[in-house]
Amino acid sequence: MPTSSPPPAAVEDAAAADGARESLAEVASTEATLRRFLHGLPGIDAVGLQARAASLGTRSIKTTAKAYAIDLAISMIDLTTLEGADTPGKVRSLCAKAMRPDPSDPSTPRVAAVCVYPDMVPFARAAVAGSGVQVASVATAFPSGRAGLAVKLADTAEAVAAGADEIDMVIDRGAFLSGRYLEVFETIRAVKRACLRADSTAAHLKVIFETGELQTYDNIRRASWLAMIAGADFIKTSTGKVAVNATPANTLVLMEAVRDFRAATGVQVGVKPAGGIRTTKDAMKYLVTVNEVLGDDWLSPDWFRFGASSLLNDLLMQRQKLTTGRYSGPDYVTVD
Amino acid sequence: MSETTTPRLDVHKTYKLFVGGAFPRSESGRVYEVTDLKTGDWIANVPLGTRKDTRDAVGAARKAVGGWSGATAYNRGQILYRAAEMLQGRREQFAAEVAASEGISARKAAALVEAAVDRWVWYAGWTDKVAQIAGSANPVAGPYFNLSTPEPTGVVGVVAPTRGNGYSLLGLVSVIAPVIATGNTAVVALAPEAPLPGLSLGEVLATSDLPGGVVNLISGRTEDIAPTLASHQDVNALDLTGVNSPDGPGSARALETLAADTLKRVRRPDVNDDWTAAQGTDRLLAFLETKTVWHPMGI
Repeated sequence: MPTSSPPPAAVEDAAAADGARESLAEVASTEATLRRFLHGLPGIDAVGLQARAASLGTRSIKTTAKAYAIDLAISMIDLTTLEGADTPGKVRSLCAKAMRPDPSDPSTPRVAAVCVYPDMVPFARAAVAGSGVQVASVATAFPSGRAGLAVKLADTAEAVAAGADEIDMVIDRGAFLSGRYLEVFETIRAVKRACLRADSTAAHLKVIFETGELQTYDNIRRASWLAMIAGADFIKTSTGKVAVNATPANTLVLMEAVRDFRAATGVQVGVKPAGGIRTTKDAMKYLVTVNEVLGDDWLSPDWFRFGASSLLNDLLMQRQKLTTGRYSGPDYVTVD
Repeated sequence: MSETTTPRLDVHKTYKLFVGGAFPRSESGRVYEVTDLKTGDWIANVPLGTRKDTRDAVGAARKAVGGWSGATAYNRGQILYRAAEMLQGRREQFAAEVAASEGISARKAAALVEAAVDRWVWYAGWTDKVAQIAGSANPVAGPYFNLSTPEPTGVVGVVAPTRGNGYSLLGLVSVIAPVIATGNTAVVALAPEAPLPGLSLGEVLATSDLPGGVVNLISGRTEDIAPTLASHQDVNALDLTGVNSPDGPGSARALETLAADTLKRVRRPDVNDDWTAAQGTDRLLAFLETKTVWHPMGI
């Protein structure tokens, strides 16, 4: 029974999802059982995985299918600015772009969300009010995740209180890699609780693994299941702040995990590759992979997102090329 | 064991495009045959560059604008001079290619290659002098220094010469060198019938400290490449020197119409029968913008 209705998660959806997850959540009753479960997941054939991811990237998507894919990709973007130099003004201009990516063409869809630091949430919230664009906030000591639980929860609660619709949390990779799975699990649970609002609705929780730091594909699969059992609404590859970000192969691991998780529990979880996706061609490869691995159910902004900033400009330039027949240039899209 | 020596098998050269400092094949994977003009014999397969190759080349050229236009004129001159040095070192190869492309004798071809080397040097000397003839200190009615200085236009699409004595190399050098000497970057549609000297020139430029993307060389059908350059919104100027089809998508009229949509600076086709003649400064000055600065004085 996949939940087809989109976020923001209504109370009954959340309750149903939690109920369905409970059967699996028992594996997290002790450190030992959780470890046994995660290490009991089937191992990944790295060469086969990379070959499959690469072969899915060779499809040729043209003309009307390309136009559809471009619009779909635009509507899936979490338009992101996560810089130390962010200002309210920059966030506002990002929001303006999110709502109307190409002011010269009103048929351009808006993006799914803007993604900012917690202290920028109030400005983003005010800027996108009423447009349907969601406000996502990173939290829990992004991007390193190196802070005490109390700080992480306060970080989350502040973002939720300021009006964030979605919370992108990072896991503690140090704890995960040293085998303290239960600690990671409990942190995700606690952050999930911190996502609850006063009116008992909840902000959507995305869990970032930083796959570039997890060393092996097996670890990525374990982290995916760990997060999904703990209550993640979305699982996300990377922060965009390390050398290796989203790759087709590690995103494929995430997709296989959410597919298997739905088969096991009936709960559908979204996927968000982030970082390093810069061109329309890259985005097409991911969409093909979603379609082949997960099917139509995930081909919507409610279940698949791109964490990106420069990708949008390339999509817009390609869109202009399809509309006008001539190649566009960076002078015809905004700088940021 | 046998006393008779079998003739050595020739290693044929794989000609490739020159885009962004690298030598890719055409994204289409297609090639076309180039033949010796005199004998009609097959010489080589060269890449059939497409609109997409052209788009990639424009992207590479745009990336290179900042660094190349920001380099000092002196530095640009050194690099152009080095291109001449590298070309000189490969005179024989170029002479053979020019002879086959233009159907002329080896002796004539060698003289044309040497003229091409000299042409590089001549334009190399202009890099730090062009501001003196294109710029000025303007007398104005007020307490200001008023200075006009030339600035590069940006990405220039060039349709390489397709006729005239020495067009395949000397002509090509005579249209590329003035464009890049002033700090522009170039995407060049090579002469479809005679692309070999041009494609080999890429190898010379790649070893001349010229930053990748400053010159990009595409072989293929002019009616594919030139309209793409003319309509591309990220190309700032167009040199139509080699355009000679009377009508159709590759004609000067069609290209100028496309270029007008984005207000490109266009240099119209010209009939040049002899590239060995001394060049003036008009090509250097064709792709420049003027910046005028008013600087208060006496305060």
